[in-house]
Amino acid sequence: MLDAQRILKTATKVKLDDIKSGKVLSVHDKPNLKYAWDNGVAIGRYLAELKNGRIIGKRCNSCKRVLVPPRMFCELCWRPTDDWEFVQDTGTILTCVVSHVNWDASRVKKGQRYHTPAVIELDGAGKDQEAMLHIDEIEPYDIKIGMRVKAVWKEPEERIGAITDIKYFKVIG
Amino acid sequence: MGLRRVAIVGAGITKFYRYTQETPKELAYEAAKMALDSCEMTLNDIDCVSLGTAPDAFDGIHMNGEYLVDGAGAYRKPYMRHYVGGGTGVLSPIHGWFHVASGMFDTCLVVAEEKMSSAFPHPAGAFLTIFDHTTEQPLYPTLIWIFAIEMHRFMHKHGYTKEEIAQVAVKNKRNALDHPSAQLGAEITVEDVLNSEVMAYPVNRLDISPTSDGAAAIVLASEEVARRVTEKPIWIDGIGYCLDTAYWCNRDLYYPDYVEVAARQAYEMAGIKEPSKEIHVAEPYDPFTYKELHHIEGLQLCKRGDSVKMLLDGVTQRDGNLPCCPSGGALGVGNPIAATGLMKIIEIFLQLREEAGPRQVPGKPTCGVAQAWGDLMQVGTVVVMRS
Repeated sequence: MLDAQRILKTATKVKLDDIKSGKVLSVHDKPNLKYAWDNGVAIGRYLAELKNGRIIGKRCNSCKRVLVPPRMFCELCWRPTDDWEFVQDTGTILTCVVSHVNWDASRVKKGQRYHTPAVIELDGAGKDQEAMLHIDEIEPYDIKIGMRVKAVWKEPEERIGAITDIKYFKVIG
Repeated sequence: MGLRRVAIVGAGITKFYRYTQETPKELAYEAAKMALDSCEMTLNDIDCVSLGTAPDAFDGIHMNGEYLVDGAGAYRKPYMRHYVGGGTGVLSPIHGWFHVASGMFDTCLVVAEEKMSSAFPHPAGAFLTIFDHTTEQPLYPTLIWIFAIEMHRFMHKHGYTKEEIAQVAVKNKRNALDHPSAQLGAEITVEDVLNSEVMAYPVNRLDISPTSDGAAAIVLASEEVARRVTEKPIWIDGIGYCLDTAYWCNRDLYYPDYVEVAARQAYEMAGIKEPSKEIHVAEPYDPFTYKELHHIEGLQLCKRGDSVKMLLDGVTQRDGNLPCCPSGGALGVGNPIAATGLMKIIEIFLQLREEAGPRQVPGKPTCGVAQAWGDLMQVGTVVVMRS
């Protein structure tokens, strides 16, 4: 049996205001770390092709999937992947969200658009090959599972070889 | 397999709060000391220590396992830290089990701690860096998004509604009123859940477990030691765990295959053929409302698509045929990540000993399961226990 009285003595509740006002003392720190992550061979090519306005994957001849994002080995078959293969920049929404919160749990400000990430099954990539991307040009709460979508790319001169070279996906039916 | 039987013989847990004054070490110490006291053991009786704490980014202490060695009572003892996000609290007792079952050690102290409140402005921000740095982080994803993505797919596939799923919050927060550690025990209604702030449709604020500080601990012992120190050992009869790939978008999120794989490992080891009949009480991981249902299906406690019916029929209530989260779960007791999984193990331990007090499920349960989940929608950790 848990001893309820003892449990109450194990921790002391403090309020956020007491931390902020200094009534409860705390040390503040903000690590400022910088990293440079190598893209590797597969993702390097993927990013280069995004800069060209195309989505490329890599086929695994064993499980017949076209892996997007591409990888040098198939994690299911545990073997090297085979040919590079372009997939289309159209697809189908498998699941979607209307987010009122930002990445740090702060709230989307009034007048700003809610975040609308979706998991999209890309045409030509085969089943179970999806990417998380944003949907736009539609009211957030009008986005439905099953809608057909197409990528809207940044202008060629604006592209830098990043996932954000795709501005968003728009609904095409 | 030449493995020894392993029993849980003691348990301790702190109070869970959003902000505690105590340091991570102090919380770990309180839980660990309480666990030893509960079975009248001292640190001298402990052969090794298994520690669980989830992302270093929460506590803000790099290599948090090393820092926690003192609070966990592991000074100059064999010591191992485990980390699979939310699945950690059930993985640490699994690894403690290995230490004792192997014959290497007779006792193992298992400690799990999390102090999330140190991260500002909100610990949710610490999750950004769990996503792929090149293909996902530039989109600024949050953990709430990917839960909402999964919940929406789960609802779509089975035709579940938000009203139905909200019943999980009503049940668990009510159950938590009887738990002495609870942070968010409350009587609420389905309307309260639906009317609470929209975080990321379909997830509302009351669909989510809180941010918490807290710690939990158990003592594991070989059969010989267990019989000596207690009249009511609770046996770990099955363990299972696995990780799915980190390409979390590349699987249909409506069903947690990795939980099924882990559950089948544990059930096979425990000789369980029909989980829904042979298991009397369950603690599936419930960081979000739908997650309890998602995991009930993954744990094979019902057929796919039947978990909402179980919920609405009252089967998972404390007095139902298969009580789920009688503790109050992460939604009600709170969710100090690694400590939550161990809190669930402790709840099954108490239920099987019939020492759960006001939370006791009826019918003298003799077999229970605890499960946790974590990382990028990819970890299943499962422990089957018997009296």
